[in-house]
Amino acid sequence: MQFTKLEFKSGAVMAIPMVLAAAPFGALFGALAVKNGMSVFESFLTSAVIFAGASQMVGIELFGANVAPWLIVLSIFAVNFRHILYSAVTGRYMTHMTFAERYTAFFFLVDPLYAMMEEKHDSGRQISFAWMMGAGVSFWVVWQIATLIGAIFGNLIGNPEAVGIDFLLPIYFLSIVMGFRKRNNWAVIVITSGAAAIIAYHYIGTPWHVTIGALAGIFVAAIIGLPKDAKLVAE
Amino acid sequence: MSTTIWIILAGALATYLTRIGGHVVLSRFEKIHPRVDAGLRAVPAAVLTAIVAPYAAFFGVAETLTLAIVAVLALFLPALPVFALGWACILGLRYLIG
Repeated sequence: MQFTKLEFKSGAVMAIPMVLAAAPFGALFGALAVKNGMSVFESFLTSAVIFAGASQMVGIELFGANVAPWLIVLSIFAVNFRHILYSAVTGRYMTHMTFAERYTAFFFLVDPLYAMMEEKHDSGRQISFAWMMGAGVSFWVVWQIATLIGAIFGNLIGNPEAVGIDFLLPIYFLSIVMGFRKRNNWAVIVITSGAAAIIAYHYIGTPWHVTIGALAGIFVAAIIGLPKDAKLVAE
Repeated sequence: MSTTIWIILAGALATYLTRIGGHVVLSRFEKIHPRVDAGLRAVPAAVLTAIVAPYAAFFGVAETLTLAIVAVLALFLPALPVFALGWACILGLRYLIG
C-alpha cells in the first residue's frame, strides 16, 4: 500500500488518547532517571532508543541500585518479553509490507499500538505502514518531549520522599499488574510470584527477588497450562 | 563511551529483539508447546509482581496500605486516575502515619 498522508493522520488521531495517557509516565521516567544518576541526555537517549515505558522504569530502578550492567539489560529484556507475543501476532497483519517497512514498524510496537492494531484488525481493515507510523511516531515524539520535561524538572526536586516520588514506581507497576487480571492464571501467577519475591527479598536480597519471583510465577503457569480456547493475549 | 551509554544501547537492542522476535522465531513454528505458551504469557505479570511485592511487605504501614488501595482502585478505574490517587494516598498516609 502507498504511504499516504491520510493513513498517517488516521493512525496519529486514533493514538491521541493513549499518547496523552502515556505522557505523564514519560515525564516520571525522566525525573526518576535523573534522580537515579543519569544525565538529561542519557535519560533522553534511553527513551529514544529503548522506547518501552515499564522496562525503562525497571532499568532505572536497578541502575540507581548499582546493579551489574548485564543484569539491568537482562531485566529490560525480561520485562519486554511480552512484545514477542505481540510481534508473533501482528507480523501476520503486516505481510503486505516490505521487509524494511515491517522491521521499521516493529520498533514502534508499544503496548497501546499493539492494542490499536488488534482493534483495527478486528474491524476487518488492512493495517498500513503509514497508519502504524502515524500512531507509532506520535507515541515516540510525545514520549521524548515528556522525558525531557521530566528530566529537567526532576533536577529541581530536592527530596523525593517528601513529595512521594520514590513510591510512584510500585504504584505504577501494581496498576499494570492489575490491568492483566483477566488473563489466564493471573491470580495464581501473582500470588506465586509475590510470595516467592518476598521470601527471596528477605533471605537472598535485591535484585534477585525479581528473577526468582518471576521464574516461580512462570514455572507455575507452565505447570497449570492454558485452556484450549485461550486467546494469544487476553483483554 | 561510558558504561551507562552501553547499558542503554544494549537495552535498546534487547527491546528491539523482543519486538521482532515473535515474528522472526515463533511464526516459523506451526505450533508452540502449550506449556511454553503458558509460561511466556505469564512473564509480564510475574516480573512486575516480583518487583512490587517487597514494597508491599517491607517498607512500612503507609506503603502497604497505599498498594492495597491501589489494587482495589485498579478494579474500577483506568491507569491514570489510579496512579494519581495512589500518589495522593502515599502522600496523605505518610503525613498521617509518619
